[in-house]
Amino acid sequence: MMFFWAFVVGGLICVIGQLMFDILKLTPGHTLSILVVIGALLDGFGLYEPLIDFAGAGATVPITSFGNSLVHGAMQEADQHGLIGVVTGMFEMTSSGITSAIIFGMIGAILFKPKG
Amino acid sequence: MTSNKQTNQEYKQFAKQRETKRPILKNCIRAFLVGGLICTFGQLISTFYIHFFHFTEQNVGNPTVATLIFFTMLLTGFGLYDKLAQFAGAGSAVPVTGFGNAVISAAIEHRAEGFVLGVGGNMFKLAGSVILFGVFSAFVIALIKTLLIQWGVL
Repeated sequence: MMFFWAFVVGGLICVIGQLMFDILKLTPGHTLSILVVIGALLDGFGLYEPLIDFAGAGATVPITSFGNSLVHGAMQEADQHGLIGVVTGMFEMTSSGITSAIIFGMIGAILFKPKG
Repeated sequence: MTSNKQTNQEYKQFAKQRETKRPILKNCIRAFLVGGLICTFGQLISTFYIHFFHFTEQNVGNPTVATLIFFTMLLTGFGLYDKLAQFAGAGSAVPVTGFGNAVISAAIEHRAEGFVLGVGGNMFKLAGSVILFGVFSAFVIALIKTLLIQWGVL
């Protein structure tokens, strides 16, 4: 069942992105930036965690979850250390996305030749 | 002057007529299918990590994202992600694999300029705005929320 909801919710978030491409005529950069901010806002209101419980990877794989986990890490650390935790905890939960993008970017640049 | 303006307007109308209409419904269906499949694949990886490495449903997103970006590296390197993106539009851009593809393709593309100025300098050319606006908005939101909690409003 989790797989079904992951498919539906993940697909719907992508459709929102596609509508922003086609109807609002935004560039991919603008679209993704807006989606990240939306994810952060949703977590600010405590709405993203229920979505993860409901849809699993359907909520954690789209880029909106990047905004969600930024806020989430910051809030977790802020609970313990107060205001400064907002800065120290920012990348607590998103470390893997950024780290793996950098590492695999480097490995990719070593292994592959540019095409076209 | 007036005739110039007129031709300008005429040209705009002409361009609008000739502009290919975007097949919005078809694009949305493709985005839905491909985006959904990527998330289903992510769910498969998540299930694997929950069963064999004892992650919980809330923190399994972390290793899942790393694994997906690894597969993105292979697809991008062999030039397959570009083809997928042409077909799927937002379906391949919105999942975290799109973020990975933006970083990795920029890294590969600028390799000819050297590792320091080319790869290092251009890696976050496309993905930088996502990080910037993500971090800044998350900072503002978390700051407001923390202050409200400390003041006893929340």
